[in-house]
Formats: sequence, C-alpha cells, structure tokens
Amino acid sequence: MDIFIQQVVSGLATGGIYGSVALALVMIYEATDIVNFAQGQMAVVSTYLAWSLLNAGTPYWAAFVAVLAISFVGGLLLERVVIRPVEGAPVLTVVIVCIGLLVILNSVIGWIYSYVQKPFPSPFPDRPIRVGNIYFGAHDIGALTITIVVLIALYAFFRFTTLGLAMRAAAQNPVSSRLCGIRIGWMLAIGWGLASLIGAVAGMMVAPIVTLDPNMMAGILIYAFASATLGGFTSPGGAVLGGLIVGVVENLVGTYVRFIGTELKLTVALAVILIVLLVRPSGLFGRAAVHRV
Amino acid sequence: MALLEVKALEAQYGWTKVLHGISFDVEEGGITTILGANGAGKTTTLRAVCGMVKTRGEVRFDGRSIAGRATEDLVRLGIAHVPEGRGTFVSLSVEENLRLGAYARRGGSSFAEDLATAYRYFPVLAERRRQLAGTLSGGEQQMLAVARGLMLHPRLLLLDEPSLGLAPLVVREIFRIVRTINQEQRVSVLLVEQNAAIALRLADRAYLMETGRMVMSGSAAELREHDTVRRAYLGY
Repeated sequence: MDIFIQQVVSGLATGGIYGSVALALVMIYEATDIVNFAQGQMAVVSTYLAWSLLNAGTPYWAAFVAVLAISFVGGLLLERVVIRPVEGAPVLTVVIVCIGLLVILNSVIGWIYSYVQKPFPSPFPDRPIRVGNIYFGAHDIGALTITIVVLIALYAFFRFTTLGLAMRAAAQNPVSSRLCGIRIGWMLAIGWGLASLIGAVAGMMVAPIVTLDPNMMAGILIYAFASATLGGFTSPGGAVLGGLIVGVVENLVGTYVRFIGTELKLTVALAVILIVLLVRPSGLFGRAAVHRV
Repeated sequence: MALLEVKALEAQYGWTKVLHGISFDVEEGGITTILGANGAGKTTTLRAVCGMVKTRGEVRFDGRSIAGRATEDLVRLGIAHVPEGRGTFVSLSVEENLRLGAYARRGGSSFAEDLATAYRYFPVLAERRRQLAGTLSGGEQQMLAVARGLMLHPRLLLLDEPSLGLAPLVVREIFRIVRTINQEQRVSVLLVEQNAAIALRLADRAYLMETGRMVMSGSAAELREHDTVRRAYLGY
C-alpha cells in the first residue's frame, strides 16, 4: 500500500509535467488549429538557458523567473517571425514548419551544448519528505506544487483578466473579436508566449528527473500528446487531467506489470493514444469536431 | 455634416464584384436605413465600411478618410458593427460578451455604469448575465449583440438585419430600444434591413439597393409613399 501511494504521488508529479505540456499544445491548437510539434524542443531551449544561467552562478529562483520571462518573449517572437507567414496556409505546410523548427532548435542546442547529458539541479532538498511510514521525493512534491501554482495562475489569467478574456474570444470567434477591436494577431502571439512559458516550467521541473539533453522532451511530448488526446484536444482542463491520469497510470503499470517495467513505459502512452482514438476520438472532455460542408 | 460619407464604393469577393460604386451618407444623430432584397449587397456594404472586404472608393467618417483601414482601428474610432448572425461568443457568459464590447473603448464612464445602462435597455440580459450566451434565444442574442455594440460608446452603430429570424413582437421590441438608444445616447445608426416596413418606420432617411447599386434615396416618408417601394418591398 505504501508503495502504491508513493507511486501515485510520483505519477502525479510527472503527470503534472505531461499535463502542462499538453496544456501548451491545446492552447495553441484551440487558438490556431496548429499542433505545435516544436513545443517540446522550445522547452528544451528554455531549460538549457536555465542551465547556463545556473552555471554562471545565478540563484535558482532568479534564473527560474528570468527563464520564464525570456521564454515568453521568445515564444511570442517565434509566432511573429516563423508562424505568422504561414498563417492560413494548408495544415501540412504548418506541420512542416513546426517540425522544421523542432529540427533546427534541436541541432542548434546540440551544436552549442553538445549531446552529452548534463545533470540539472532541483531547487528542492534531496532528503525525502516523510509522512507516517511513507517517503515522498521532495522534488516530486515540489514539481507538483509548482505545476499546480502555474496552472492556477493561468486559470486566473484567462478567467479574470480582460486580456485573458480577449484571448479566449479571439480563439473562439475571430471575426466578432475583430469587431470588438481585439487584435487577433497579437492574441495568437501572446498565446505562443504563454505556451512557451508553460513549456519552460515543465522543462525545468522534468530535467532533474530525466537529466538534461537535447532530446529530453521527445518522450515527454509523446506523453503530452497522449494526455491531450485523452483529455480532449479542445479542452484545456481535460488536457491537464489527462496528463495526471497518464502520469499515474504509467507509473503504476511500470511498477506492477512486470514485463513493462521502465523500458516499455512509453508504450503505455502510445496505447493510450490508440485506445482513445478508437473508442472516443474527441477525448474525455473534448467537443467532437464539426465541420460545415 | 454627415457623420459617414460613402462615395463610389466598390467591393468584390474574388473576381465577383458585389458593390458597383455606391454612394450614401449617414447623418449625425439620425437613423439611416438601406433596404434591399436578399443578395442586394447590404451586408457587403457594412462589411466594406468596416474594412472587412477589399474595396475601392471613398469612405469618410467624421470628415476623415477611413477607406482601407483595419477593422480593429475603426472600432477605436467609435464604429460598432452588430454583424449578420449576431456574432455571439457562444461559450462565454452574457456579461463576458459585454466586457468584450467595451474592450476597445477609451475613457468615458466606468464599465459598471455602462453595464447598468445596457441592462436598463435590455433587462432580460441582466437576468441572464451569468448564463452562457449560446443558451440565449435568438431574440436575446440579438439584444446581446446590440448591447455589446453599445458598450463601445459608439458614435455610429451599424446594424445588420436585426430582424432576421425573429418573431414580429421581438423585432418590434428591439427596434423600439434602438430608437431609444439613438435618442438618449446620441448614437447615429445605419440599419440594413430586408424588412422594409419596420425599417422605414424607424429610420428618417432611406436608401434602396438592388444588385449592388443604390437605386433610390430620400426621406423614409418619401420611400414609404413611393409606388415601386410599396409594391415590391411593402406589399400593398
């Protein structure tokens, strides 16, 4: 039973990270119908930036905040410079631009930092936290807390601020939004900035677990796809919940189903994607896609 | 002086020309209506004024040329467009819809005051303020669309077929409120309508549009008495 609870909490911690990346994917998808395959790689860039700052002796939380700010601006600029020119282009064009972005960012990072794995520090103590007879990893608890704080902040932003409302409006009904004076292009760019910021948090929280290398987020991105698919690609809350479910299931299956172990864990994500697409393609909370013909 | 002056305005979708050089004015403080059958180009006229389609010709608002300017900027000049199909943000609440209406507004009274004013004109919206706008009836959504436009503190309100698909009683209610708004808020109105009878009762000036051209203009009373208009559009 103790092991079970430990695994659930540890699953929630990684699940929160999957959920965050899934949320970043869903935010961009909702606003622009673009599935941003470069989302994970953008997070890698942010995490390497954090690594450089930390190596230069910046205190952890100062580096953390600086990376969030730079990631936001970076995501915003990426949208303006790279995505804007292909706005309204066929889906395949946009997909290829995103994949191109992924490859370029990956190579540039590899070129600057090499492909050798680097340890990345956790801001939380090494000593596990003991509750009764059960030990929890401090990083697991810390990462989960940070993720929850970020998600609540985002929720509050979209729910209570005028800018957040305008962004939701722009995603939902661009024509009406323009008639309200909302500059759609900027809303999309800010969306990319926020997605990039969320990715940065996820990257910095997952790097101490998986260690930092240029392909660090490739697996995470697949888990994020599984989470978004499970929760519904049109439901931000669903994506986060999907992430938590995927994280917990993955951990429990890895622990209790012997032949899966740690090596075949990623298969669980792919199985989730496959099953959801077969049984309930719109996910748990998503809307079925309806197209006028 | 006219608040909105349009001269020789042309518009096209792809290769198809829809407006063939129309001219009309909207007087400050007045209600002007453009009548015409389905497909005459009424909606395109409003879209052209708002920079939502490619145009040639002259559009002046308050003496300044606004042709070719972005929709978002025209909103900031005080042009509120209540579009065909009402443009409701269906998965936002009624109050959020109204907040969006005030998004581009500058200065003036506080949001709370404006909200109170909007609810005074449309009490049913106050009852439904927390409801998702998509759950409102057609008539309520049309009221919401007008109220959303009003939140901008516009100088010019463009109304695209507010009567479409609504019961006669609801239409009369909405038109009554539009007249009150016009008088109390000093908002000039450009109304585009298929329902000539009710539009001519509300408006003081009227234009008649056929296949992308203005074929007649005059005071609402003149058009109401005109034989062609009576037979073709009023049905008596």
